[in-house]
Amino acid sequence: MRYLPHTPEEIAAMLATVGLTTLEDLFAAVPTDCRMTDPWPLPAAKSEWELNDHLRHLAGTMGVNADTKVLVGAGSYHHHIPETVRSLAGRSEFLTAYTPYQPEMAQGTLQGIFEYQTLTARLLGMDVVNASMYDGASALAEALLMGLRIAKKKTKVAVSKAIHPHYRAVVRAYLQPTAYEVVELDYQENGRTDLSGVDLSDMAAVALQSPNFFGVIEDLESASATIHAAGCLMIACFTEPLAYGLLKNPGQCGADIVCGEGQSFGIARSFGGPGLGMFGCREPFTRNLPGRLVGETKDLEGRRGYVLTLATREQHIRREKATSNICSNQGICAMTAGMYMASLGGTGIRQLARLNYDKTQYLKDALVGAGARIPFASPVFNEFVVEFSQDFRPARERLLAKNIVAGLELDALYPQLAGRYLFCVTETIGKDTMDTIAAEVRA
Amino acid sequence: MKELEELHLPDGIGYTDDHEWARITGETVRIGVSDYAQDQLGDIVFVEMPAIGDTFAKGDEFGTLESVKAVSELYMPMSGEVVAINSDLLDSPELINQDPYGAWIIEIKPSANSEYAQLRTAAAYLDLLKG
Repeated sequence: MRYLPHTPEEIAAMLATVGLTTLEDLFAAVPTDCRMTDPWPLPAAKSEWELNDHLRHLAGTMGVNADTKVLVGAGSYHHHIPETVRSLAGRSEFLTAYTPYQPEMAQGTLQGIFEYQTLTARLLGMDVVNASMYDGASALAEALLMGLRIAKKKTKVAVSKAIHPHYRAVVRAYLQPTAYEVVELDYQENGRTDLSGVDLSDMAAVALQSPNFFGVIEDLESASATIHAAGCLMIACFTEPLAYGLLKNPGQCGADIVCGEGQSFGIARSFGGPGLGMFGCREPFTRNLPGRLVGETKDLEGRRGYVLTLATREQHIRREKATSNICSNQGICAMTAGMYMASLGGTGIRQLARLNYDKTQYLKDALVGAGARIPFASPVFNEFVVEFSQDFRPARERLLAKNIVAGLELDALYPQLAGRYLFCVTETIGKDTMDTIAAEVRA
Repeated sequence: MKELEELHLPDGIGYTDDHEWARITGETVRIGVSDYAQDQLGDIVFVEMPAIGDTFAKGDEFGTLESVKAVSELYMPMSGEVVAINSDLLDSPELINQDPYGAWIIEIKPSANSEYAQLRTAAAYLDLLKG
């Protein structure tokens, strides 16, 4: 397929119109040191079967294969993807459709996104959920900017150090060129965020993640009381939306804005992307919401129809005063998450969350039984931090040889937690795998 | 859209170049938008207003008007503290289209009455619109 729509004749005609002879003349204004002079060093084109062989070979070199048991989460979760989701999301009507620029022509796409928004709003306990953002990290940065817009005169925001370190890095990248200041809140010995050390009254918004990066379930209700008493907005962030199948949702706990990563819901981990930024707020803040929003309405004949609504927030209308410069959404990922939620239903999501929780408790108990220590005493969902009585690396190597990836070493992300490991147990991990891990720790 | 001669531009209020008006009502000043502004915007669907007690300088943005096709910022014709907002507009923003001079948006306690004299008269405002 050709991706350049213009024929040589058309290009020649356009050049003649502007009074140039060659394309080179057109680019003459670009400084030479900014231009690529060498051709791409690409190998010769392959046939389809040669390409398949090449990709199969590459797949074979991966450390993780389909049989590997992965007990690493940390923002990207290994969940079973039901065949209903795979088959529905693979339909070309959904898969090949781009973000609707002539939206009302694409009623099916709009209905799908509207259903995603509705199901996500119920899960998170929010009044309004947008058509999605790029990923959990950018959603958090947008949530903080939204908090600053609502608070108007404040210039600081606070984020917990128990929020995913990559999310905080993205927040810094967003806010660094602005006049706004990001304050980080320490975590306590029990693994929950400490709201007592900082004067919150200066903050436009305070962001917590629950379950947080250590898997620890934050006490969002009492945090909400503290944050609101200080006159700030509360942002609840998440990396694992499945937790809300079991836990009280952030809306019920008092959050004003909820945002996070929706990869858990039917989206493959795919080396870390694409993700799905879930984003919602309480009704009074709707006009400050970033991103696209699909609404349900009636046409002239009274039939149900879907439209992009409240578009005056967006940059094609509001220009530099828009609520965000993201005017797109993660269409297929949002659609997939909607299909996943609809496939499982409320009961299914609750049961699956329970299964994750129970299995996690099993491994936690097994590791404690094998002599390990759990440094953070607070309740967890499907991840937890472990401290071993001796160097865990040899045992981890033996487990790798058995095709089990046992936890994530925290040294690089939290130097003060060096030597500790973050484990994640989803429904995909069996009892035998967990027993094997405990046995290696004991050995 | 209305022709310039169809516009209703009453005397006795002061106009800004940004199409707001100010009317002295005893100790306070009420602020709204002109017939030209409401006509240009079309059907107004939402009015964002400041909080009572907010203080603004002349020229500061104090709110926004959202119509079905555009959003427009509102600027202070005079400096002062907001003492009242027209809460009828929260549920019925279309009042601005129906009666732009009755549907005031905010009421302020001006910090400098002299600023009123700097506003345009109806005739001077019409000259501005005529370009």
